[in-house]
Formats: sequence, structure tokens, C-alpha cells
Amino acid sequence: MPAAGIVMIVAVALIILAVVYYLMMTIVALIRIRDNLDKAITGVVGIIEKSAPVDDVVTSINTNLDAGVDLLEGLLVKKAGMEDAVGLVEGLYPGAAGEGFRNFPESKETTAPRIGEVYTKGTLTLARLGREAPIAAASPNGPALRNPTYGSLAARSLYPEIRQTRPNSMPRSPIIGTDSPVQYEPSDSPGVRKRMPVTVGAGPTSQPEETEGGVVKSGLAFLRRLKNDDR
Amino acid sequence: MTLEWIGDAILILVVLPVVVYLLRGVLNAANGIVPSVEQIATAATAGSKDLDATALLLTTQDQVQKTIEVAADYGGSLDVILDDAR
Repeated sequence: MPAAGIVMIVAVALIILAVVYYLMMTIVALIRIRDNLDKAITGVVGIIEKSAPVDDVVTSINTNLDAGVDLLEGLLVKKAGMEDAVGLVEGLYPGAAGEGFRNFPESKETTAPRIGEVYTKGTLTLARLGREAPIAAASPNGPALRNPTYGSLAARSLYPEIRQTRPNSMPRSPIIGTDSPVQYEPSDSPGVRKRMPVTVGAGPTSQPEETEGGVVKSGLAFLRRLKNDDR
Repeated sequence: MTLEWIGDAILILVVLPVVVYLLRGVLNAANGIVPSVEQIATAATAGSKDLDATALLLTTQDQVQKTIEVAADYGGSLDVILDDAR
């Protein structure tokens, strides 16, 4: 065999060895890539499966929260009024009043009042709610002052019975003072009057029948009158 | 004979280097992909584990629904008990 043929065979063999070496290394690298891609695909499939219901669940949660916000905002504005509602929110979360209520765009232009005004009104509201409130301490054993029709009327039950009938006019309170139409004299002992009260200008109705030591004894005179009547 | 030597020279000096160069380029590219794919696999596995808590969203959904129902009940009662603002 000529030398040139041998050299050619050696050259081809070298080329084949090089091709085999690099192809084998490439195959190994591709196998590692395939294995890692399998892991990645498994992970991605897991992500897809686990995140599939997230959209529906989050949408449902947001829907419920939206309903809650609508409910609470509407109730707050309905019961407290726009100004007090904004003031209450501002009192609880300083600076939040500027953002306003979501369903009440006009709340952004509402000036938040001082929280003290809201607190006072809230105290009165609480006072109408139940016996725990100080205003209901007069009837601690009675039912709670909760009137489902109109809560503020429940406070009427704290007053004497005659007021429950809603009379058109009530007896006037007695007038007291030095110029009152009926003059009362201070008594020496409880239940004993020096004389019966008289209306101003009517004159005395009776004179003391007897005095003992300068002290009128109306009770003794009454007994004597009663004794004379029996006769 | 001369042509055979010329062929041998071309085979050794041209074809073999070209083949080695090309195959080495393919090998380097394949080896360069491997770390990236490994990082992707690691990230996908970790992301999948992070999403294990998504099952708790069902509990959150149920709790939110119950909370809103309770708030609605209280709101309805307060609407009856409390006077409206003037």
C-alpha cells in the first residue's frame, strides 16, 4: 500500500474519532437537557394545575368583598349621614377621608367634621340601644330598650306611666317662688302644716283654733273638729 | 501519487479542523444550554411548591363569604334598630 493511502486512512480515522467524540459529548449534554426539561415541564404543569382555580376563587372573593364594602358604606352613610360618616372614617384612619367612599363620589368633596361631633352622636345612639347604656340604668331589670320600629321612642318607657299614653297636655308643674299663686309655709315637722296653703288674694280660709305656747297644732285641731262632728 | 498527497493534506489540514470546529461549537452550545435548563427546572419546581398554598384560597373564599353574610345580618339588624341620618 502506498504511503499516501496509509496517511489517508489515518486522516479519515482521526476525523471519525473526532466526530464520535464530539457527538458523544453532545449526546450526553442533550440527555441532561432532556432530563431537566422533563423536570421543568413537570413543575410548569403543577403550576398550571394549581393556579387553574385561582381566577374563579379570587373573583368570588372580590365579589363578596365588593358586596361587603357596598353594604357597610351604604349603612354607614345611611345611618350617620355623609358628613359624620366621612368624619368617622377620618377619625379612625387619618387621611382616609380624602379618598372618599367608593360608591359615593360626593364624599371626596365632603369636609370631614371633628371626630368629637361623631362621637357625641354615636354615644346618643348607643344610649338608645340597650340597658348597658347609662340612660337605661333606671330599669336594669326590664327589657332592653330596643324598639325595632323606632329606636328613639324606647326612651319614653323611662318616664312615668301617664306619659306612655301620649296625652295631649300634661298637668303643669307647680310654680314655686315668692310670687307663686299658691304659697306654702315651711312646716315645723314633716306632714304638719302651720295652716292650709291659700291662693294669693283669697285671704285666709281659717284661723288656727288653738295655740299652745305659740305653736299651731293643726293635727290637734283636726282631731277636735272630728270629735265635734261625731256629736 | 501527488494528487493523493494533496488529498491527504486537504483531509488533515482542512477537513479535520473544520469538522472539529463545527462539532466543538455544537458541543459548547449544548453544554451552554444545560445550566439554563437546570435553572428553569429548579424555578418551576419551586414555583409549583409555592402554589401549594392556593388550596387555602378555597378556605379563604368560604370564610369571606361567611364573614360577609354575618356582616349583612348585623347590617340588616342595625338598619332596623338605628335611626337614619337626617
